Amino acid sequence: MINKEVKTIKEAVFGVESGMTFMFGGFGLCGIAEKSILELSSLNINNLTCVSNNAGIDDFGLGLLLKRRQIKKMISSYVGENEEFERQMLSGELDVELIPQGTLAERCRAGGAGIPAFYTPAGHGTEVAIGKEERTFNGKPHILEKALVADFSFVKAWKGDNAGNLIFKGTARNFNPLMAMAGKITVAEVEELVPIGELDPNQIHTPGIFVQRIIKCDNFEKRIENLTTIN
Amino acid sequence: MALDKNGIAKRIAQELQNNTYVNLGIGIPTLIANYIPKDINVVFQSENGILGMGPFPKKGQEDPDLINAGKQTITSEPGAVIFDSAMSFAMIRGGHVQLTVLGAMEVSENGDIANWKIPGKMVKGMGGAMDLVASSENIIVAMTHTNRKGMSKLLKKCSLPITGINCVKKIITDLAVIDVTSRGFKLIERAPGVSVEDIINSTDAKLIINGEILEMSL
Repeated sequence: MINKEVKTIKEAVFGVESGMTFMFGGFGLCGIAEKSILELSSLNINNLTCVSNNAGIDDFGLGLLLKRRQIKKMISSYVGENEEFERQMLSGELDVELIPQGTLAERCRAGGAGIPAFYTPAGHGTEVAIGKEERTFNGKPHILEKALVADFSFVKAWKGDNAGNLIFKGTARNFNPLMAMAGKITVAEVEELVPIGELDPNQIHTPGIFVQRIIKCDNFEKRIENLTTIN
Repeated sequence: MALDKNGIAKRIAQELQNNTYVNLGIGIPTLIANYIPKDINVVFQSENGILGMGPFPKKGQEDPDLINAGKQTITSEPGAVIFDSAMSFAMIRGGHVQLTVLGAMEVSENGDIANWKIPGKMVKGMGGAMDLVASSENIIVAMTHTNRKGMSKLLKKCSLPITGINCVKKIITDLAVIDVTSRGFKLIERAPGVSVEDIINSTDAKLIINGEILEMSL
């Protein structure tokens, strides 16, 4: 087996440069690669294109990169929770491509799976379809959507092994497995790192072939965006 | 009197069919889970990757790794399953989810829905709504009949950028239950104490009204 473990977050993000395209797993703040994002926000890189379902909140997640104006373009499906994001978007400082969530997921999956483009019914007849090829299958119109790939993908898993195999927990899985597939270099941060051979091969969600670097991190903050309880 | 949000949710709960998979959008639709009839078995799908979503957790039992599409903490039912976003939208786009309930800013009489953008003012994004409305076999809109300025949200034609065309089957508002038919909006029921005239006056499109319109039973 190939050992993918890196020991420091500096090694984990080594090679990132201005102008690159990054993918970030997570849904809201659930399952984001919070340690990688924190490290990226301390580096002198900018003009980034970021693919992420959401854009974090003002002081956590991708909000940290937004605050330092490191992001040139965001490709997302929903960006409602971040004032700085809204300000930069409405003032035109930030280029934003909003796409349907299922299309975003499939574009990442396709990028990792060697499918250059696919047809989907989502967005037909809307602004999203402008400039895209249309084709009717079984009497229903569809639009052509192209695959996405990234220079780096930053994902978060619950458990991993040194071979880069990953297991996610709960709805923190979301976009992580798809973005792991679509990164030229995929960095996985995990809560628990076990030696090769300890994970049950039947229970692995993301095969290590999609992961280039794995790092065990401590003290994940795991902020809850919308705490809702019953008595 | 016009219904409140919970009243709308309560009325929509009557539309749930036994042994079906249902996706509830953010806002009023989320409240529907509180009013499922006792003799009905439904499984809730949340687009961020869970089938078999349960109620909100008790205080102190919340798990940051278990949330719904509104980023609220949730629980899972016995038999629940967790999956990635591509799998989630395979269920949605593939037509495996039988009912979608979502909110809207506008609905037109041919069933177009607008709920993701107010140009120049509010651009939050469509999230999963465009995928949901493109493929679900049954789409119910839960919304107030008029907006904050008192203007009708049921229109001849949507004025806002649309989310999907020709897809809404039924609209349940604080005033009425309305079917979207090939001939336009058809008034089915009125909220308790609300007159047919009130509904006509609050609707900026033609309403098809056949015979007596009964009050909702809640």
